[in-house]
Amino acid sequence: MQQFLDLTLSGLSQGAIYAAFALALVLIWRSTRVVNFAQGAMGMFTTYLALLAVDAGWSYWAALLLALGSGLLLGAFIERVVIRPVENGPELNPVIVTLGVFIALQALASLLFGAQYRSFPAPFGLTGLQAGSVNLAITPYGLFTIGAVLVTMIALVALFRFTDLGLRLRASAFNGEVSRLLGVPVGRMLTLGWALAAVVGSLSGLLIAGGELVWPAYMDPLIVYGFVAAVLGGLDSPAGAVIGGVAIGLALSYVSGYAGSEFAGLAALLILVAVLLVRPAGLFGRATVRKV
Amino acid sequence: MTDTEAAADVPTPGRPQPSGPPASRWSALVARVRRPGTPLGRHLRGLVIGAVIVIALLELVSPFRVSQITTLSYYVVACAGLTLLTGINGQISLGHGALMAVGGYTTALLLPAGLPFLVAILTGAVAAGIVGIIVGAAAAKLHGPYLAGATLALAVGLPGLALAFADTLGGEQGLTVDVPRPPAWFADAHFFLFGSDPSTTQYLAYIGALVAGLVLFLLANLHTSRYGRVWRAVRDDEVAAELAGLRLGRLRVLAFVVSAVCAGLAGGVLALATRLVAPSGFTIVLSLSLIAAVVIGGLGSLTGAVLGSAVIVFLPPLVTGLGARAGLSDVQAAELAPLTYGLVLVLVMIFAADGAAGLVRRLGGRLRRRQGPGTGPPRSGHDAAQESDDAARRTS
Repeated sequence: MQQFLDLTLSGLSQGAIYAAFALALVLIWRSTRVVNFAQGAMGMFTTYLALLAVDAGWSYWAALLLALGSGLLLGAFIERVVIRPVENGPELNPVIVTLGVFIALQALASLLFGAQYRSFPAPFGLTGLQAGSVNLAITPYGLFTIGAVLVTMIALVALFRFTDLGLRLRASAFNGEVSRLLGVPVGRMLTLGWALAAVVGSLSGLLIAGGELVWPAYMDPLIVYGFVAAVLGGLDSPAGAVIGGVAIGLALSYVSGYAGSEFAGLAALLILVAVLLVRPAGLFGRATVRKV
Repeated sequence: MTDTEAAADVPTPGRPQPSGPPASRWSALVARVRRPGTPLGRHLRGLVIGAVIVIALLELVSPFRVSQITTLSYYVVACAGLTLLTGINGQISLGHGALMAVGGYTTALLLPAGLPFLVAILTGAVAAGIVGIIVGAAAAKLHGPYLAGATLALAVGLPGLALAFADTLGGEQGLTVDVPRPPAWFADAHFFLFGSDPSTTQYLAYIGALVAGLVLFLLANLHTSRYGRVWRAVRDDEVAAELAGLRLGRLRVLAFVVSAVCAGLAGGVLALATRLVAPSGFTIVLSLSLIAAVVIGGLGSLTGAVLGSAVIVFLPPLVTGLGARAGLSDVQAAELAPLTYGLVLVLVMIFAADGAAGLVRRLGGRLRRRQGPGTGPPRSGHDAAQESDDAARRTS
């Protein structure tokens, strides 16, 4: 029972991170119909920038802001420069472009920051909280992770629901041509969508790094888990991405805890295949008839 | 030399064929081989010319280059299979590194049991094919980014098996592979032809080149056969293909299985060439470099698969050398290669979606036009039309 509780709690805080990553994928998918396989590498890169800032004596919070800000710029840059030219081509081309960005960014990070393991600071304690005499598996940092993801989600919902900008973003994602006729600067909105998504991706990169080791490939598993979470939630639905993220976090935590951590990747693969075969639209996706 | 034997297997009219089909069919086949314009004849000629070039290279260049050719051979095998899947049938796979692992581990497990290495490699290919049936059946229902994500999950998840079953599969350390010694008949033949005993490195390179040559020959024929045509039809217009009576799912699974068998063969050759199979050898980086190779070479073209593999094999030492000369440390210089092909991948997609093969084809077309009509080599109209159609599709 104690183990089950521990696994549930650590699964929740991991799941929050997967949720953030899945959210980043969903935001980009909704606006440009591209799955951004470079998201992990982008988050890794901005996390390294934060690490440099911490090395230079900045506080954790200033470094966090730096990482999110550089994520914003990186996302906008990548959409404008490399995604825009291939956006309307065959379906495979943007996938391959994001893979190229993924390979290049990872190599650039090893080149600039070194390929060795570095430890990343955490702003809060990493020892479990006490409830009476029981040691819980939830740490203050884990609570911070969950809180940060929740705040980000609420901010995004507010942006999309209650602001003009959000309305324009949704309009250009929904129907670019009509929005353009109505005077919405669709190109700029798509860039902004990528930039926002990259901020969320950077956040997930920072959160998973906190108190752990970072190296240029540390985000690789997260790409898969985040993608599985996004597909589970329907790839189209931000709320689905969050629920999918938490579900994957819990599932992988149980698998790692009871069967062994080497099965986590396989479990993610099985969940993904099962979802795609049984309910391809995901749990929360709108079931659309597939247009071929 | 062993490659030419494949060419010699094709019967000539004077040779008795005890267990073959009736003579009339053989003479028809021979006629097809002899006629200059037919694909089969062209591919056989290509196979023989390729074999002569490879044998000359293997006998003349340094041992380091010979081992590079071995590396090239397994990249060519894997990329030829992948370009069939991605370029011809339009299904992307980021999981071919994992399928190579299936072939490699099977080979490494079977060799100590005393099986001949060719049987071990072929069993590895069959094992990869079986995994391919399962993955392909799931993949047939997916498209584009979904398929990319699912196969990515395969590439990340499958190596976990090696850790989970560390007793049989060697865990993180992997399994070492006993490299087969050149058998006596091979050493004798080599001595007879070139006046020297073959080194193990050379023997491995001959095995790799034999596998690569046969795979390229078979896939080239498949490419121009009915299957190549219907796979392209499925890629280009699902609805039209289905209305024409094609079974989409079955054709997609078939393409995936053929491609997986190639990956398994490549994994087997890799196991022999590197003398080790370990999870660190089959990472996501391997899968991505295969995709990079087929895209840089030109999707859907076997020539492109060979060109792209050559880029992946010969570019790293080149740029690493340049980087070291520019004052980077060894570790940093080693990262220049992935940086370069990541950037090249993006640039190719933006500016020349048909890759190096398309570039060569366009340059060739320009030269031919300059020389005036009628001087180019005769080609079957069907083939030329189909290639330019492919090129037009991908550049649009």
